[in-house]
Amino acid sequence: IKYNLYEFLFINNQWEDAASGKTFPTINPATGEVICQVAEADVADVDKAVKAARDAFRWGSPWRRMDASHRGLLINRLADAIERDSAYLAELETLDNGKPYAISYTVDLPTVVKCFRYYAGWADKWEGKTIPIDGDYFCYTRHEPIGVCGQIIPWNFPLLMQAWKIAPALATGNTVVMKVAEQTPLTALYVASLIKEVGFPEGVVNILQGMGPSAGAALARHMDVDKLAFTGSTEVGHLIQQASGSSNLKKVTLELGGKSPNIILSDANMEDAVEQAHFGLFFNQGQCCCAGSRTFVQADIYDEFVERSVERARRRVVGNPFDLKTEQGPQVDQEQFNKILGYISSGKREGAKLMCGGGVAADRGYFIQPTVFGDVQDNMTIAREEIFGPVMQIMKFKTLEEVVTRANDTKYGLAAAVFTKDIDKASYVSNGLRAGTVWVNCYDVFASQAPFGGYKSSGNGRELGEYGLDNYTEVKTVITKVPQKNS
Amino acid sequence: IPGGCLTEDLGKVFPAYNPATGEQICEVQEADKADVDKAVQSARVAFSLGSVWRRMDASERGRLLSKLADLVERDSVYLATIESLNSGKPFLPTLFLDLQGTIKTLRYFAGYADKIHGTSIPMDGDYLTFTRYEPIGVCGQIIPWNFPLMMTAWKLGPAIACGNTVVLKPAEETPLTCLYMAALVKEAGFPPGVINILPGFGPTAGAAIASHMGIDKVAFTGSTEVGKLIQEAAGKSNLKRVTLELGGKSPNIIFADADLDLAVEQAHQGVFFNAGQCCTAGSRIFVEEPIYDEFVRRSVERAKRRIVGNPFDPTTEQGPQISREQQNRVLGFIQSGISEGAKMECGGKALGLKGFFIEPTVFSNVKDDMRIAREEIFGPVQLIMTFKTIEEVIERANNTDYGLVAAVFTNNINKAMTITTAMQAGTVWINCFNALSTQCPFGGYKMSGNGRELGESGLKEYSEVKTITMKMVTKNS
Repeated sequence: IKYNLYEFLFINNQWEDAASGKTFPTINPATGEVICQVAEADVADVDKAVKAARDAFRWGSPWRRMDASHRGLLINRLADAIERDSAYLAELETLDNGKPYAISYTVDLPTVVKCFRYYAGWADKWEGKTIPIDGDYFCYTRHEPIGVCGQIIPWNFPLLMQAWKIAPALATGNTVVMKVAEQTPLTALYVASLIKEVGFPEGVVNILQGMGPSAGAALARHMDVDKLAFTGSTEVGHLIQQASGSSNLKKVTLELGGKSPNIILSDANMEDAVEQAHFGLFFNQGQCCCAGSRTFVQADIYDEFVERSVERARRRVVGNPFDLKTEQGPQVDQEQFNKILGYISSGKREGAKLMCGGGVAADRGYFIQPTVFGDVQDNMTIAREEIFGPVMQIMKFKTLEEVVTRANDTKYGLAAAVFTKDIDKASYVSNGLRAGTVWVNCYDVFASQAPFGGYKSSGNGRELGEYGLDNYTEVKTVITKVPQKNS
Repeated sequence: IPGGCLTEDLGKVFPAYNPATGEQICEVQEADKADVDKAVQSARVAFSLGSVWRRMDASERGRLLSKLADLVERDSVYLATIESLNSGKPFLPTLFLDLQGTIKTLRYFAGYADKIHGTSIPMDGDYLTFTRYEPIGVCGQIIPWNFPLMMTAWKLGPAIACGNTVVLKPAEETPLTCLYMAALVKEAGFPPGVINILPGFGPTAGAAIASHMGIDKVAFTGSTEVGKLIQEAAGKSNLKRVTLELGGKSPNIIFADADLDLAVEQAHQGVFFNAGQCCTAGSRIFVEEPIYDEFVRRSVERAKRRIVGNPFDPTTEQGPQISREQQNRVLGFIQSGISEGAKMECGGKALGLKGFFIEPTVFSNVKDDMRIAREEIFGPVQLIMTFKTIEEVIERANNTDYGLVAAVFTNNINKAMTITTAMQAGTVWINCFNALSTQCPFGGYKMSGNGRELGESGLKEYSEVKTITMKMVTKNS
């Protein structure tokens, strides 16, 4: 690999300077120090990348003529190369994002590899149908790629979000222009070098680092991009959808924020529920779209649950991400750090009871103490808005009907969970919650095979699983006249 | 069987031959009923609830199949050499077609393992209901000698992807590459008992599998004659599920507007490929009257050019027949063709002093009721008949108990659509022949078999569907 590969954009299997020559720094959030400078893409670079992707998609191109099974083979080879370099990638991920190395290496990287392997398997199995229509006709559908797909990914799981996006897009035969988060550009660029190494034709995958309002917006309103997939905040999701409407009506899928309810019934296994609720909120420094950020606990077990949760939060090890004992690293940047501290203030101001934490955890970097609020009322800011940090809200409820109503009383609908041993209560609650994923007696269980996505303002469309292929497919119906149809 | 490839007592052995020379390559242990019992027992244990195999992530089953594919790819030159030596198939096509087909099939099904979906269903009433696609259990698999490695992959791929355990008997003529695969299965890391491989004979080991009370499903590829015995045995024993991929007498229909060069070459390969030893052989070639004479002339010229020889010679197109028995059988059919009045345009005799070679043979003026036109020859014998109208050729093409494949050569879209709808065959090719790929379901109508292999359809045969219905307090949509 080039020593300074990160200073370039990846377009057409080449490493290119940004047209403007501008660069921006990427920061190590554990120390606040600059890791290196990175090329900054803007409108001109987006144009160039889209042209490369369009050319790679032209009728008769190597990518269009390739056997579907061979696309799958290339994706499998990419998975193998990532697996080969996982120690390096995990280090780079931790350096740039702040997540503990033990987690990058044992959770993020294997999950990335599995995602690529899963979609590699789908490439030659995504079948259209033949259909018995009325009349003397032979009718079939083709599952064609949409074309040039813009993909904008966030900073909370940089490698994993890259895999979730490019794996299904490539399996179905599309070409990609990806804008990575400005906070975490490094690992995606390294994967670009592997994409070239394993033999994807030029222009099939193009990767740009840059800012949302410039490069991201240029991609969202580009007249020659056929589809845009965005994962990030609901606020920006609104902008992306509007940009599609005011440009070329490109297909849009969105995976946005959440304020996910985690419902603990009185017959739940207390130990499991406390640990899972803790994990469901605090994992990844609280920076998960599906964080269980409203923990509803049934009245008769409320006091014990709060006490145990506070004790667990106090035990959470915050520190240097490269220390293998560390459970929680820094927040990703200054902006997030300030925002979270602001929410903590609002919690105190609005009368929630601060049970532990509430402040800064270290002298440098963006570390925040694991924080627990009790006696949270539904109308408080910390109960309604997505905090995206290590701040847990615990509320009390009496009956099942009440809690399902309160749980659904949000503009979001990404995930939810229920802890109970009772078979009827489990099915009642899981069927009643308006959320794209419902976990029963577990939290944050993800698998490449299972679709994931949001109801309401948490997004539209599903990623992962077979359903994930729909977003990257145009269905063409072909009808041929025949002399005489027979069944 | 777990513990290695050898059973404790070095009991009976049988020879494996090189059909290019007739000489013995080596001896192989012969499995009989007691060995089948032992293998079934180990497959049953490997399948028990709570076992390593049952508890394994579906995606991990896929990883193991992928690993096996990688190992086959690693050793493909060695495998192609042994395959060629034991079956007489020319080496280069074996390396480029058989080995690639084997690897691709394993990889295809590796990709399916974690994509076998049941459904959740909006049934009437206050119920939550969904289906699980479970493995059937212990699957007996009996494969033929014409494509030993590919047939192994076609059988193992879907069975393993769906989570079954397997007892596989390779053909007695060609046990060697299958046994090497067993070593790769172990190297890939499959848990013991998941895949068991027993070389042996049909009437003993094969029959024991077909009638075993402890086997849940049997899959057989081979002759229609033996297919019937398998079906009977299943009915007499435990009603095990049966899928059969049997013989064929497949029609290849050439219209006057076809690209003649293409049609002649495809029809030639379609019947002579693998020394005529394909279930898909296009063994009844119907040529529209206006081009009949020219078609026969070109086909004879092509057959005369076909190079028969040592499988390891890179110019060889055709190796020997698999055995003396098969060679004699084919020569017998040739004699019957002559005596029933067909016109032998070329070939007709055995070739060479050693091995089981036969000259590429072409008959013209074949009548539909001749033995050679009705029965499966399984040798390098091409039959060319003529037809006048499309209605006539459809009726004659379908006038057979078989129904494996069919093909049509024409430029006319309407003729193509009409023929493809009318053919009673599991695969119909338009302007091509033997275009097979692991993504496409393959199997027979009528007495060419039942069930489909390959493609998503191939998975259905290896799954048992369980519907689970749970009472709910109240249902909402």
